[in-house]
Amino acid sequence: MTDPLIPRDRSAHPDAYDPGYKTSVVRAPTMPLLSLDSGPTEETGPVFGHDLLGPLDHDLTQNFTQGAGLAMGERILVHGRVLDENARPVPHALVEVWQANAGGRYRHVKDGYTAPLDPNFGGAGRCMTDAQGYYEFFTVKPGAYPWPNRGNDWRPAHIHFSLFGHAFAQRLITQMYFEGDPLIPLCPIAATVKDRSQLDRLVAPLDMAMSKPMDFLAYKFDIVLRGTRQTMFENKPEGA
Amino acid sequence: MVQKLERLRETASQTGGPYVHIGCLPSFTGITSIFPEDLGRSPIAEGARGEIVTITGSVYDGTGWALRDAMLESWQPDASGIFPGHEGADPAVSGFCRFAADKDSGEFTLRTVKPGAVRARDGTLQAPHVALWITARGINVGLQTRIYFSDEDNSADPLLARIEQGPRKQTLIAEATGDGSYRFDIVLQGPGETVFLDM
Ligand SMILES: [Fe+2]
Repeated sequence: MTDPLIPRDRSAHPDAYDPGYKTSVVRAPTMPLLSLDSGPTEETGPVFGHDLLGPLDHDLTQNFTQGAGLAMGERILVHGRVLDENARPVPHALVEVWQANAGGRYRHVKDGYTAPLDPNFGGAGRCMTDAQGYYEFFTVKPGAYPWPNRGNDWRPAHIHFSLFGHAFAQRLITQMYFEGDPLIPLCPIAATVKDRSQLDRLVAPLDMAMSKPMDFLAYKFDIVLRGTRQTMFENKPEGA
Repeated sequence: MVQKLERLRETASQTGGPYVHIGCLPSFTGITSIFPEDLGRSPIAEGARGEIVTITGSVYDGTGWALRDAMLESWQPDASGIFPGHEGADPAVSGFCRFAADKDSGEFTLRTVKPGAVRARDGTLQAPHVALWITARGINVGLQTRIYFSDEDNSADPLLARIEQGPRKQTLIAEATGDGSYRFDIVLQGPGETVFLDM
């Protein structure tokens, strides 16, 4: 038997409609969402085994070439924990990431930015959290890039994250920003998050203790997924 | 002062953006060297029990334009209404599928087994349905909805019963078009707007 999910706190999230992010204007539902208690459909979800992961899946500096060549750019480790709203670790959560290369260019037909593609960089990777909810992947710091929205909008450097917990209704897509980036306060997509403390939580601090001398810098990014209403006193890890 | 609640807030959602396929369906963008195959290519394997159905549709914006960059995920139980990983579940049903709107036509196709009815915690039976999650550029928080089937008895389904306006219920019901095929269009905004779930 699965546990009921804590109803989603919508104030933690952007509104669907945000005129500063123009594309949202025609893609935002106008009717209220239908509220319901979670049931088996929402409380269960796909299970991915560790055998899903290849040896280089978590290393974006090498996985596009399968080790034959290294990506250009500032080498970084991104690490953190996935917890639920009850502050319990979420073990075996699949974390998928995608990003632009060090010059701010995506490997995508629709990206026509002047910055060149890096022949050694694809821009996708994935990993799973361990029993304590920790994850890490290795990549290069993505560049900022311009995008067509208002007259002169630029995305701050960011990494896209997709997360699966254990329940389909825990599904989350978000973006990680980098400490100290002056473009964050100018970005209409970052600004869809109206609650300042919620936006701050999308900004990963530089983590010198986890960086490796003469090799890479590190950034820490913790993520919180929805939790369940606990029905037992036992402080079990989620999914156990 | 009161005691402190030891709760955390959920991390804020952000749009998947225009390049969500790079991370979620890399082969869609021509990136094939990183993973052997995309995640969730099919919700069923060879030999899945039950009726094979094909659901086709598009995701329309408020102007009636079919999105070319939508990414969808589905989740469902097997033909007996048992979710994967639970006792007695059909081992050939993974239940999870990822698929994209076609980059030229905007049409998506989901081929799966028709799910069985699901018994809720309180014992009520929910009509057969597939959970659907939609993300795209311009969608700030992934949208959740459900696909029901027009040739099933949906009259006692508790979720559909909560939708006051009769015509709005229809937005969650895939229309049978014969030979196990169904049409299910999603309207993000405006007349005929799909019912999305606060989930
Ligand atoms: Fe991006």
